[in-house]
Amino acid sequence: MKVGGVILRLLKLKEASITIITLATILFFYSLQPIFLSPSNVNTLLSITPELGIPALGVTVLMIAGEFDLSIGSVFGFIPLFITVLMENGISSEFAIILALFSSCLVGLMHGFITVKTGIPSFITTLGGMLIWRGVALIITGGQPKYFTIAPSIVKLMTGSISKFINMQLIWFFAIAMILWLILERCRFGNWVYATGGKKDAARVMGINTDMVKILCFMLSSFLAGFGGIIQSIRLNTALPNQGTDLEFDAIAAAVIGGTSLMGGAGTVIGTTIGEFLSRVIENGLIIIRAPSYYFRLYIGMVVIIAVILNFYIAKKIKRSV
Amino acid sequence: MSVKNTPLIKMVNIHKWFGRVYALQGVDFSVNNAEVVGLVGDNGAGKSTLMKILSGVYPPDVGEIFFEGKKVMFRSPKDAMELGIETLYQDIALVPLMSISRNFFLGREIVKSFGLKLLDLKRMDDESLKGLNALGLHIADPKVPVENLSGGQRQGVALARAMYFKRRLLILDEPTNNLSVKESVKVLEFVTRLKEQGISSIFVTHNIHHVYSIADKIVVLSHGKKVGEYKKEETSIDHIVEMITSS
Repeated sequence: MKVGGVILRLLKLKEASITIITLATILFFYSLQPIFLSPSNVNTLLSITPELGIPALGVTVLMIAGEFDLSIGSVFGFIPLFITVLMENGISSEFAIILALFSSCLVGLMHGFITVKTGIPSFITTLGGMLIWRGVALIITGGQPKYFTIAPSIVKLMTGSISKFINMQLIWFFAIAMILWLILERCRFGNWVYATGGKKDAARVMGINTDMVKILCFMLSSFLAGFGGIIQSIRLNTALPNQGTDLEFDAIAAAVIGGTSLMGGAGTVIGTTIGEFLSRVIENGLIIIRAPSYYFRLYIGMVVIIAVILNFYIAKKIKRSV
Repeated sequence: MSVKNTPLIKMVNIHKWFGRVYALQGVDFSVNNAEVVGLVGDNGAGKSTLMKILSGVYPPDVGEIFFEGKKVMFRSPKDAMELGIETLYQDIALVPLMSISRNFFLGREIVKSFGLKLLDLKRMDDESLKGLNALGLHIADPKVPVENLSGGQRQGVALARAMYFKRRLLILDEPTNNLSVKESVKVLEFVTRLKEQGISSIFVTHNIHHVYSIADKIVVLSHGKKVGEYKKEETSIDHIVEMITSS
């Protein structure tokens, strides 16, 4: 009985089931191919996960507020290209990055403003945004990749190596996750985000400006998409016009695997962080065990469904035990 | 005019359209200090719309609102709340997935400053528990999500919140809808007690029996128009019922 109580309390932690699945998956790949946990492979995992995870954090906050962002993959590709264009016009790399990040906020502002003022679903607004920003990226480059060479000080700040497994992008990922956790769980704005996504009319009559909350979340989503895109371009020394293709679905999958609701009003950035690691573990693990890489989508699809069913089942069980 | 004679709230010539529906057709409505007003009328008479205008949810298309004789414009519910007008909404403005205490302080969260303004969750828990207890609601854990509560308990939480924050006027839109007879009696007792504290209230209902015993004044709406306004002494339940049903 006592053990059952402890287990139930652990399961009440929203992220428990996803953590267990992730650990089991790691063990699974390790048992098939011990190289999976070799230092060099762990290092690869830890340096690739952040650039895809950071945009997923923004998407999570936006989903909690009850909206979607399908444009993050395109913004992820567009922003680094925009930086190269600015630099080609003689702007320093530092200033170009600041300008580009500012622009990414404007992109989010546009998506958010159109969504809340016209009342059309964000699914449509950002589907439009997805095509538009990818289109702009292709027009700028004519489909060709561009070199992404910026000041070494920024390279160090964004992707520098700290110790054997720790690099700057990982620190950014965890720092952003922690800041967003603090905002969502311990700040007034977080309370408004959950209320806006949970029951917009209730939030509104309690004096919360739900339009403003949503617009700010759209801006955060685009900003973090741009931020992730910059990290990837620095890591690859290249800005690719098709960079970040399908990222929007990966990010939504990571959020949903981590317990974020598609209806809004529920979710955590910690869940998404773990969900993102699980996605990357599966992707990388399949390569390590030499399964054809095409299997990745198939497995992620299955994990999404299993994770949601599991979360649903546990939530029901907890409700009954209160 | 002396302060004493100035009504707390005066709504003048309020019109409201929803597309082609002419919901309010020039309604005048006033509330005095420490007065209990019963706002009655059949479903669809415009009672809730009038109250949503008074609590800042909708702006009126035509018309003016005066608070203690001063003209006011409510751009959002926040403006009304800041003047001390608190509303218990018919559809219970609680977010199901959020905890009782987070709902209790929604939009008015208590913060403590560490340079950064962080929620004072402990105080929010304690204060919301205090508010619930004051209403005789015994809920052990204010961290429980509202979705786990029964309909009556939810109504209780929303009422406790409105009671906690009210300062000048409490609007209760069909407050006894989800309540048992015993709980309804309790709500009526609270409204009477508010009056003793000098706080006015508007009790919206489609059933005159719910409000007759405690109301000082009864206003009858029908099809978006005010069809009657009576001091209680001047009227009877039968008369009001006839007004509601005949028009």
